[in-house]
Amino acid sequence: MRFRRRPTRLRRRIRRRDYECLRGAYGKRCTLALAPPGRFAWLLSVMENGVGGMTNQNDPQVVGVAPRLELQDITKIYPAVVANDGVNLQVLPGEIHAVLGENGAGKSTLMKIIYGVTKADRGTVSWNGQEVEIANPAQARRLGIGMVFQHFSLFETLTVVQNIALAVEEPFDLDGLARRIVEVSERYGLPLDPRRLVHSLSVGERQRVEIVRCLLQDPKLLIMDEPTSVLTPQAVRKLFETLNRLSSEGCSILYISHKLEEIRELCHKATVMRGGKVTGEADPRQETASSLARMMIGRELPVCQHAPAPEGGEPRLVIAGLSRTSDDPFGTDLKDIRLTVHGGEIVGIAGISGNGQQELLAALSGEQPLDPHQTYEIHVNGESVGNLDPAARRSLGLGFVPEERLGRGAVPAMSLADNALLTAHRAGMVKLGLVAGAQVRAFADRCIETFDVRCGGHEAVAKSLSGGNLQKFIVGRELLQSPSVMIAAQPTWGVDVGAATTIRQALIDLRNRGVAVLVISEELEELFEICDRIAVIAEGRLSPTKVTAETNQEEIGLWMSGMFPGVEDEPLPDRQELIDAH
Amino acid sequence: MDTFTAIVLATLGAGTPLVFAALGELITEKSGVLNLGVEGMMLVGAVCGFAVAADSGSIWLGVLTAVAAGAAMALVFAVLTLTFQANQVASGLALTIFGIGLSAFIGLGYTSVALDGMDPVRIPVLSDIPVVGPLLFGLDPLMYLSFALFGAVTWFLYRSKAGLLLRGIGEAPDSAHAIGYPVIRIRYLAVLFGGAMAGLGGAYLALVYTPLWVEEMTAGRGWIALALVVFSTWRPGRVMLGAYLFGGVTILQFHVQGLGIDLPSQLLSMLPYLATIFVLVLISRDINTIRLNAPASIGQAFHPSN
Repeated sequence: MRFRRRPTRLRRRIRRRDYECLRGAYGKRCTLALAPPGRFAWLLSVMENGVGGMTNQNDPQVVGVAPRLELQDITKIYPAVVANDGVNLQVLPGEIHAVLGENGAGKSTLMKIIYGVTKADRGTVSWNGQEVEIANPAQARRLGIGMVFQHFSLFETLTVVQNIALAVEEPFDLDGLARRIVEVSERYGLPLDPRRLVHSLSVGERQRVEIVRCLLQDPKLLIMDEPTSVLTPQAVRKLFETLNRLSSEGCSILYISHKLEEIRELCHKATVMRGGKVTGEADPRQETASSLARMMIGRELPVCQHAPAPEGGEPRLVIAGLSRTSDDPFGTDLKDIRLTVHGGEIVGIAGISGNGQQELLAALSGEQPLDPHQTYEIHVNGESVGNLDPAARRSLGLGFVPEERLGRGAVPAMSLADNALLTAHRAGMVKLGLVAGAQVRAFADRCIETFDVRCGGHEAVAKSLSGGNLQKFIVGRELLQSPSVMIAAQPTWGVDVGAATTIRQALIDLRNRGVAVLVISEELEELFEICDRIAVIAEGRLSPTKVTAETNQEEIGLWMSGMFPGVEDEPLPDRQELIDAH
Repeated sequence: MDTFTAIVLATLGAGTPLVFAALGELITEKSGVLNLGVEGMMLVGAVCGFAVAADSGSIWLGVLTAVAAGAAMALVFAVLTLTFQANQVASGLALTIFGIGLSAFIGLGYTSVALDGMDPVRIPVLSDIPVVGPLLFGLDPLMYLSFALFGAVTWFLYRSKAGLLLRGIGEAPDSAHAIGYPVIRIRYLAVLFGGAMAGLGGAYLALVYTPLWVEEMTAGRGWIALALVVFSTWRPGRVMLGAYLFGGVTILQFHVQGLGIDLPSQLLSMLPYLATIFVLVLISRDINTIRLNAPASIGQAFHPSN
């Protein structure tokens, strides 16, 4: 709460001295709810009704505390979907306000409306009590609204200072701006080198560019769209410090996320959305993760059944000292990657995107086969497959779920049946070079049924499915081919909670049947939920693996920044031995 | 005038139409739009400029008309591809074919007309210095204009905020849109500038370089301008280099033909095209420079999704 700017009845009631003492006793973020009883009893009664009670326009005590931002009845209808349906939202000065919801709940649309990227079909936006029409982002910035996008709005071939210069409205002076960037970034603990090209920055650094870009304009409201999805736990900590500091300086923050624990830790208030509507408002500090989840998905948060790993599986996927220079100048070189995945275990590879995951996946799937002299560096079921193409590797029992659903995992404009045929054609679907239509359709139907894919039957085109349903179909397609080695990249990225649980459970079931499963994911929670062992990839190097039960997110998070012990030079299994063992 | 000076002057003259057209296309492509209609825009610019100059007797009025005609052609392209989101490659090819036909039609009555051309600048004393004089102080005015435009384009792209924005839009139109810039409007301006410059290049050909109108007189220079832009990795300095290289080899092969060397003249006429592309590919094959300078969104339609 901020009083200095508002000479109101509320302020007159609290004498300056008392206010200072409150600040002293309870820190800069002086939450009145913590005030000692007695002198502020009237305030307590207000606070018992939650922060929302304070902003009630009918309450004479708080007439002056106009919300910084107020949305009323915001409705936005797209041709196929109602993205926002009568949404009301109030954000107080200095409040960190969470907007919580699953993918497709309408959070992002709402933020775009506030930032002027999109126009609402109906409803009003008020800024500091005044109704405003925000026609474009430039106007939003002039009002004092800054936004940090989930998919960064940066220009990769420009430098940091050039990127920022494009977003600030002031005379074009790169040197002066660079000095101010350094100044602001130091003040908020977000170190940045203004002369670097954005493409050479890590994802966390790019986010810093976006935040600093907003801070330079002295925002009164900062919108953060899923800011932690790309950060290590340590970086999340630093981000929260920055956000708390901003809040104590009176800047309101709209914090979009589906991560319940983060919201409970950081936010003062939460508005929960589902299917475009507000389904609840809560003080997240008073709620449990499961009560928030109920509001968010309408039922209990499902959990996976995960029994301990059966002992003694044989090595099925062996990566034996794989090094490779990336063809892409902005890519990552792989450096001496060593990993063995046994039958009946799930090994997870954590890491921030852009640290070599794509290169590793391309080498493992066979999309970019290795050079002939590197043939022995990847083994599947005892066969060296380094120089084989994807089809040959698949016939050796490799199943593969790529990161991109549309374009890699499925052809967007083809039907589910045809997409099934693409990888499953070995399962008796092609006879004498002709496609056996009935078999293909039966396979697709089986996949749709087994994995509860919600779609218009096997004739539905892939791009018409929601992300979660298409992912279930792709995972199902691979699973039904009974692979003996399964590699899944970001298996639940952008998938709603229910479908994510189905997919994770399917991977666990696969492992219980003795399959070797390798999962590459940026979601630490997911890896800790399903993996038996975890390794980290950072700057193209792979850490040693840790048994999941013997590590924690803090340690893995630290490793994600590249600080991990070297891999012991364990003798690599002999090729002949591998074949014999099989 | 000694042979060296004559060759350099001829080289500059042969390169200048390319400088105009390629600098214009460079700006267009930097904004993320691929306009393959340069050849057509040059031709229409050339014939319109020639017709107006022949009828009015004023070369400068002809030049202005050529600029306007090139921009008008580009406007057709812009409306198709930016407003109606038509495919840029197909629309650009259509623009070239349309331009060839239209220019032939407009030029029907002008094929046997001759113009005086443009007098080179003459500065007393300075222009009379041997070698340096004619090269520095005795060029035609449009050549000086091309140097100035080169400086302006370079300054614009690398020193001004508007140029920064143009590069940004070519790389990531979605980002530019998200932080609040009118992507489509800026692309319109870039396409129009490209058209005006192509028209100017055409005017130089028909009014100064060879002051007469012949059907399809650009002889593929529009295509070479396009190739220059790509093979110079979208950098103005290398565009200039490529343009004068083309001009130089063009003049050289004339001299070779004149010397009576026993090679089919058709083979020699290919040389400038081959040499230019060969050299530019060689000096610009570094993949890092390509990635840093290529407009990543080139050729893709932009939908400002609501």
